[in-house]
Order: sequence, then structure tokens, then C-alpha cells
Amino acid sequence: MEEILQKILGEYRENEGNIISILQDIEKAFGFIPEETVTWFSKKLDIPASRFFGTATFYSQFHLKPRGKNIITVCRGTACHVKGSEKLLNRLFLELDIPPDEETSTDSKFTIEKVNCIGACGIAPVTILNKEVLGKMTLDNLMKEVKKIKARE
Amino acid sequence: MDKDILIKVCTGTGGVASGSKEVLETFKGTISSAGIAASFSERCSAQRVGCRGFCAQDVLVDVIINGEKTTYKHVKPDMVGKIFTEHILNGTPVAEWIVDKDYHTFHQKQTKVVLSHCGEIDPEDIHAYRAVDGYKAAKMALTSMSSQEIVNIVKNSNLRGRGGAGFPTGLKWELGLRIASDIKYVICNGDEGDPGAFMDRSVMEGDPHAVIEGMIICAKATESHHGYIYVRAEYPLAVKRLQMAIEQCYEAGFLGKNTFGSGFDFDLKIFQGAGAFVCGEATALMRSIEGKRGMPTPKLWRSAEKGLWDRPTVLNNVETFANIPRIILRGADWFMRLGTERSGGTKVISLSGKVKNTGLIEVPLGVTLREIVYEIGGGIEGGKSFKALQTGGPSGGCIPEELLDTEVDYESLALAGSIMGSGGMVVLDETSCMVNTAKFFLEFTQSESCGKCTPCRIGTKRMLEILERITTGRGKEGDLELLEELGHYIRATSLCGLGMTAPNPVLSTLRYFRDEYEQHIRNKKCPAAVCRDLITYSILEAVCTGCGACKRVCPADAIRGVRKKPHRINTELCVKCGTCFDACKFKAITKV
Amino acid sequence: MVTLKIDGQKVTVRKLSTILDAVRKLDIPIPTLCHHPELSPFGGCRLCLVEINGSPKPVASCTTFARNGMDVTTTSPRLEKLRKTTLELILSDHPKDCMVCERAGDCKLQELAYFYGIRENRFGGEQRVYEKKDNNPFIARDMEKCILCGQCVRICDEIQGVGAIDFAYRGLRTKICPPFENDLNCEFCGQCVAVCPTGALTGKMWDQKGRQNFKEVDTVCPYCGCGCNITLHIWRNEVRRVSSKEETLNEGWLCAKGRFGYGFIHSPDRLKKPLIRTAPKDISAFPIHQTNPPLPPFTKGGRGGIHPSSFSLHPLSSFKEVSWDEAFDYIANRLKQIKENYGPDAIGGLSSARCTSEENYLFQKFFRAVIGTNNIDHCARY
Repeated sequence: MEEILQKILGEYRENEGNIISILQDIEKAFGFIPEETVTWFSKKLDIPASRFFGTATFYSQFHLKPRGKNIITVCRGTACHVKGSEKLLNRLFLELDIPPDEETSTDSKFTIEKVNCIGACGIAPVTILNKEVLGKMTLDNLMKEVKKIKARE
Repeated sequence: MDKDILIKVCTGTGGVASGSKEVLETFKGTISSAGIAASFSERCSAQRVGCRGFCAQDVLVDVIINGEKTTYKHVKPDMVGKIFTEHILNGTPVAEWIVDKDYHTFHQKQTKVVLSHCGEIDPEDIHAYRAVDGYKAAKMALTSMSSQEIVNIVKNSNLRGRGGAGFPTGLKWELGLRIASDIKYVICNGDEGDPGAFMDRSVMEGDPHAVIEGMIICAKATESHHGYIYVRAEYPLAVKRLQMAIEQCYEAGFLGKNTFGSGFDFDLKIFQGAGAFVCGEATALMRSIEGKRGMPTPKLWRSAEKGLWDRPTVLNNVETFANIPRIILRGADWFMRLGTERSGGTKVISLSGKVKNTGLIEVPLGVTLREIVYEIGGGIEGGKSFKALQTGGPSGGCIPEELLDTEVDYESLALAGSIMGSGGMVVLDETSCMVNTAKFFLEFTQSESCGKCTPCRIGTKRMLEILERITTGRGKEGDLELLEELGHYIRATSLCGLGMTAPNPVLSTLRYFRDEYEQHIRNKKCPAAVCRDLITYSILEAVCTGCGACKRVCPADAIRGVRKKPHRINTELCVKCGTCFDACKFKAITKV
Repeated sequence: MVTLKIDGQKVTVRKLSTILDAVRKLDIPIPTLCHHPELSPFGGCRLCLVEINGSPKPVASCTTFARNGMDVTTTSPRLEKLRKTTLELILSDHPKDCMVCERAGDCKLQELAYFYGIRENRFGGEQRVYEKKDNNPFIARDMEKCILCGQCVRICDEIQGVGAIDFAYRGLRTKICPPFENDLNCEFCGQCVAVCPTGALTGKMWDQKGRQNFKEVDTVCPYCGCGCNITLHIWRNEVRRVSSKEETLNEGWLCAKGRFGYGFIHSPDRLKKPLIRTAPKDISAFPIHQTNPPLPPFTKGGRGGIHPSSFSLHPLSSFKEVSWDEAFDYIANRLKQIKENYGPDAIGGLSSARCTSEENYLFQKFFRAVIGTNNIDHCARY
């Protein structure tokens, strides 16, 4: 871990980065923001850890808990909303057995995320399955995709 | 040898999601495959182009033979073979796959200025951009114009900020030029956060060089040597294309030290946002680049005086910058005459929702909303009736049928109770509940509030709670008045634009669709049958065939019945998910 | 200089003053919750709104510069209604337990609610629910009472330079907390407690020790050479709280010792008479082993450079209470003895910044002239 952090630190120094760029790199490397990494950077850079925490909790890109193996993102933009993205979302929570107020399933296999708008409104409703953007999603197709992933697991 | 056969495949985010990468690869594979003579392959070129706007019919492919263009819609990789043999090799277009008249009416009323390169050139290739006069304007500005001259042209063009507020761009630049400082910044705001808007994404993905060129010219006009493009995290493709474009510019000497050999230095960097709508607000965006929480800061100083790191900063939107090279090349007069008296040029609009032709359009300022919905958009999908046009995203409002003849410009839309905003338009039809729509937007702004000032943090939450009350049948007399009062209060007292405009969706729907609110409160009914707690699903016994499809899909086990006999829904158990309604093939299930 | 009109009165303020500065100069009352004159402007509470002639919307006076010729109105039915709504909103997400709140009677929010007569709130709804879990001995945090004015964050960052807390999350979930919502782990200067306008931050040792009717005594902090002005809050001859007023030379700022370190005053362990240690005859029986070099202070096992083993006394040593005369005789005799046996440089003197200049002068004169050594130092060298 130390090595990864050193590398991020090096990049930060080289590119005149800031807290956000550091957090982005941490998120990329670990999939979430572990507390130790923040403490490490706070000491190295003499920036209070509270700044890191405040920034990390402000932006939706950063996560404080590890996320599931498969990430399903449902777009909650206006166009997707009027074309029924809420239905997709409700069904997913039901289907994947995700506790209320959580977004990751108890077996850490799935994380469901809402995104404000990915700007692909022309093909609403849009979902992203493990980084693959899928447009004009229907309930049936989505369930098929989920089943496919489940079968793989 | 000249390439006289061009195949252009749309590769915007919408196109990629519909499989355009595979289509492009298949074309490339076919061209270089064994069966094709080398002399023929050399005449062909398959290239990626940016979004042309009509995402509903993606993947769209242009085949241009000797300048004659044929456009195919919904192209899948397995269709490539047929298109290639019949059309490209033998000269007979595949008639059944060619776009229909919708595609043409979609484009007829449009005037493409900002989008003129999108869908025409390869966005990842600087030479393609230079072939269409790219960087001519920047070179001119840097080598033969003074800063004041540039500012004057932009002022005369009547260009106004395309980010939403509509501040005259020339004035902003003049302020930036006038304030002396050793370090100044130029920032491009690509944090297009409005749900339902994707103009900036398409421009950044489809014509990244135009944005960069606009910024170079702005840098010269305001004598600043450092620039940032702030792109939101949700747009990975835009980041990639801009990054490539910047690298190409550094190589070509258009960025960095001594750009265009003029002695002028300009450095440009991309800053990736991290997912916060409020960062579209100028001061919050600057705090974000500084690495802080994106909380708007009080406007003691104007950004032109103290912006990023307390230095003079000029911040414009993506579309605004993309307009600049065209204005410099074709003159202020040309641009001014495109629009209305008070605002020049065109506006890129993303049209989505319940309209036949969804996608990206560009219209001269001054066209009416009706033209956009019914002519470009082709009217409402599925024969339903129009209810409202939502413009300006969560900061905007809903415009009813009777105001559809409103012209698209900053003042007219504001008069109609909405805003131009960044240019998102979502069409709502009879199946959309206006209370629910208002609630949707407020939910959005409420969760995106930075939490700094009282009206936005607590006020919008209280408004949302009242709306929740109304949509779940617990609305009271007096709620509407309270909503209005709170709305006007928040508008008057919030710290930043996000808060000030957050009540707009509620206030505008209250203004035009008050009866719908009243029905929710007094009759506990949702006329559009959207609000879950106010609708009941039931089975028409006369129509039900007893096929059992509804019973099988019901997640709550609320449907009972014997095969081939009419079924029944137990309303106590029903969770109102609507799955049965969608599953019934006989339209035997009603929701009221 | 800038001249403007506020509620019809002319006032001249320095350039780059805010409208609020000008309003305060005229001593016109205007409510604020997030403003602090020593901290950077915030503009969060939206209570200090004023109307400017010619401007369609009210502006926050704390974040708008005064300009020449401005015509400002600080109160009008519209403004008061907006302010009242703001207060109602704040109170709709604030516990209504003033009767047991530490800050009752000294709470800015309570005062404003009283002045605006908010008996009934038109707004109800969701309230924040936070767990209280601080284990530190000094600062109690009841964040449900926090109105997010941000003064604690700014003072911790701008004045103390510590940054132990910051805003986290956003929207209604915004809260001020230490990193990862852990327990507060800072130097406990308590500056945040001093600026908190509500009962969100209070001193733990003040709990149930009284809220009003203290006798206030202004004095000087007994700890270091800074000599901060402090005010003791006394109830029945017992110091129950220490604060400092804004108009003092230390501008009301205090450190952890000055603010919270008053427990010694009424401590039963406090020495009131001189003591002489009686030790076994054989001096070498004292286990005074010091590590060489001494451990630096605040390292593990180090107590200001003294090894722990030398910290405990010899089991046979004990103290005898004596009169001042006896004590001085004893000191004089021992100093004489040491000087005779080992020379004057075997003696050193350490004085205090809490003494007067005259006392310190005498002390060094005594060491140089009477004892004959230059081994003399002073704690105010820090």
C-alpha cells in the first residue's frame, strides 16, 4: 500500500495536484477511500485530515466504504425519470436484496448507484453495467443482464 | 490517392452505447479484408465522428460516395456487410435502412454553428479540424489582433453566456482585460450538471478543438496565460477527447510557450470534477479546482477581480467558447444577425422526453418552442397529448401548451416563468404528473444543495416534504400557499444560483398547473396516474382472459385467480409497482 | 473612505468595509448567526439581509462591500418576514430542549426566537439525529443543535491553525465533524466552544454547574507570560467557568489551560504551606537516575525529559509542614552549603513570566550579586 501512496504523492507533486486529485487517485487504486490513506497523506502534506474527509464526503464520486464487485448505475436524469428509471431502480433493489439506505448487497457482489445524468438523454432510460453504457433499457432486459452477471458469479 | 468513399460513424456517448464502436470496427475490417482489391480499399475511409444529435436513431452511419451522402439508421454490425456490398461496391443504397423523413425534418429547422463540425469530422484528429479552417481564428487573433480588438468583436457579436445566466461575454472579457495582474485565469465550465442536458458533452466529445481554440482566443483577449477546463466526472469520453486534443495542440505549438510563434504563452489543463451539481456555480467550481469542498463563496468580489486562487478569472461555458472561433472568422455582424436583437447567435438544445425525435439540436435564438417540439421534435410520442415543456433543468420551469409560441431567448423564457439555462428541454405528455415532476426536480436540488445557507439547506427540504405530503395524499389546505411563500423566500434569500432557482420548478408548475395540485390535495387523486399512493390498480373482469401473466410477475403476491377466469388484485397487498400493468397484453388492468 | 446612508443616517467607513461593518458602526441592531468580526466572511445564515435602493433582491450585509452613495435599509416588513422565516426554518431542525440546555440564557438562537416571537413553527419535518459519543474530557458536542454557521470551523483553521474539524457531507446531511467522524482529537483549546452561538458546543466541566447569576471577576490568566485577560464565573465563591471578553488584549482567545485548566483552584491537593522533604540520611539512597540523553518531551515514556523512574519518590521520603521562616532559613542554609562545597556555578535560578518586572529584576540581581552565578533563566523564553 505504501508504494501506491508514494506513487500518488509523486504524481501530486509533479502535476501540482490538490486534495481532489489525490482522492481521485486513491479511489481509483482502492475502489474507496480507506481512512489510513487519508491519515498518511495528511501527515505527508501537513493538511488536516478533516479537509480530506470534508472533500471526500462532498463529492459523490468518492466512497467511504468498499463497494460491490459489480456496479450497476442507473441514470436519474430528467429524461430517464420520465421514461421510467425509478421503476428500474426499485426493481433492482428488490431483486438484489439490498438493505434500505444501503447501496451494496450484503454479499458485496452488487452495488447500485444513482447518477444525476450521464448526458445520454437521447437513449433514455440509461443504465451502466460495469462501465458499459446501455441505452433504452427495459425492465426485462435489465433483469436478463442481472441474471447473466449472477450466473457468472 | 484521394479517398472518395467516406464512411462516417457516430461515436458520441449515445452512439457508443448503441454499439457504434463495433460498427466502425466492422467497416474497417470489411474494407481491409481479403476479398476487396487494394486499389479499392485505398479509396475508402471509415472514420469516427462526433454526435450529430439524433441519438434516438443511433447508430447513424453516413456513406458518402463522390460527395453524395446517404445516411443509415439503427446500424448494427451484422448490417455492415450488406451495406458494403450493395451500396459501396455496387452503388445501390440499401433502401430499407436509410433514414426516413423524420431525420430530415429533424435537421431542416436547425442552423448549425456550434455543432457544424459534430458528426462531420473526426474529433480525435487535429488535422481533420484544421481542414475545416480550425485554428485559423486563433492564429489570426494571436498574430494580428490586439486584445481590445478581440473584445470589441465579441462585444459586437452580442454573444451571451450559454451557461444559463446570459451575461454578455464581451463585457465579461473586457472586465477581465482591464484588471491588471501577473497571473490571470481562463476557465471553461464543462460541468454540465443539469439532468436532461447534454449539449456541452456533445460539443466536448464531437468538436473538442473548437473549445480549446475559443479558450486560446479568450486567453489572448484577457491577457491570461493559464487555463483550466473543468469537466464533470460523469463524462469520461469528453475527458479523453479533450486530453488528446490538448496534447495535439502542445505538439503543434498551439499551446504552451510562444503559441503560433506569436510570443504569447498559454497553458491549458483539464480538471476533472468529482460529482457535485453545485460545482456548475462559478465560485463553487473555482473552490473545486482549488481542491476544496465546492461550496459557493460570497460574492464580495467579482470573479473578474478575484476568482481562482484570488486571481482575476474569466469563466465561460463550453458552448460559449465553441462559438468564439466562428465569430472571429465570420465576423460579429454575421453572428449578431443569426439571433434576436438582444442576443446573437444560436443555441444548442438537448431535446428529450416524450417527443418522437430526441437528440441534440441547434436553433437560432428567436425560434418558438412550438417549432422545436412539433417540427424538429416531430410531436409527441405514441399519439399522446402534450402537457408541458420543461426548460432549463432543475433551475428552470414548466411551460404549458398556451405559451408554446414563446420565443427561445433569455428574456422571453424568463417572462414565461422558466429560464433558458444551459438549454435542456424535456417534453412532458399527459402521462406526466406535474406535482411529481416538481418533486423530482426539488429532490434533485435538495440533495445537491451544498448545505451552507439556511434557505437552501432547510428550506428546500421543507418544500420537498410538503410535496411529498401532497403526492402521498396527506396534503392539507394551505399547503400550496405555504409552498409559494417558501419558494419566494428561498428565491430572495439564497446565497447562490442553485438555491435561488431551486423553487422554480415548483413555482412554475403551481402557476400553470395549480388544478393538478388541488386535485391531489382535495380529491386525493393523481390525474396522470403517476403518484403511487394515489392510484389503485384493478382488473377489468370483462377484459381479463385469466392468462395469469400478471399473477406470475407480481412481486407482492397480490394477484389471485383461477386460470381462464378473471383475476383480482388484493389492494391491501398491492405495492403499486405497476409490473402487472406492463405485463398484461389485453389492457385488462387499469390504474386510476 | 466610503460614505453611505443606512436607514437615513449618513456613515463613513473605511474602504473595503462591508455594509454590516457600517451598520454596526451606527450601532443599529441587525441579527447575525454566522458572522464573526475576526473571521473570514461566510454568508451562510442569511439573517443579516438588507435592502439596497435600486437592487431588486435583498443582499447579505456581511458579504457586500459598502459603496459610496448606497442607500441601505436594515428593517422593513419584508425583511423582517424573511428573517422570521429563516429562524423558523432553523428552529424546525433544532431540538426544543432549551430548559435543560447548557446555553439557555446565553444562546443567540434562543434570543432571536424570543425577539421574533416564534411560538409556533409553520414548518415541521425531518430532523437530524446524531449520536453523542465524545470521550474527551473538555468539549461536549451536541451536533443536533448545530446551525452550521461554520464559526468553529473557521476559528480552528484561521486562528488556531489546527483544522481539527470541517464541514462534511452536503445538503441537509451536512455536519461539522472530525475526520471520519471519529472522536475529537485536538489540542482542546475550546475556541470553537467560545464562538458557538448555540448549545452545540459546550464545556464538559460546565455541565449542570449553573447557567446564570454568576459573579464575574476579571483577572489575568495564571499560566504563562501571555497574561491573557480572563473572566472567572463564580458561584458561591467557587470558580465554575472561565471565559474571556472580546475587547481584551487577547481578543477573547484562550488556550486549553486558560479555558479549562482551572480545576486546581479548588483542588484539595493544592499546597497552601511550605513543605520540607525529610529523606534518609544516606543521600545516595535516592534513585535519581536520569537517562542520558534525556527523552524528549511528549515521546512515549517521556515526561518532559524526566525518566519515569526518577519521578516516584523514595519510599522512605516524606514531607514536613513548616512555617515560612523555617523554610527560608532552610533554603538559605542549603544554598550557602552548596556554594561552599561546589562553587556558585553549581546553583541555577529559574524565574517566572508571571512575576512582575521588579520581582524578576530582584531575582537575577540576587543570583548574580549574592550567589555569584550567571545561571539564570526565565520561562517566558518559551
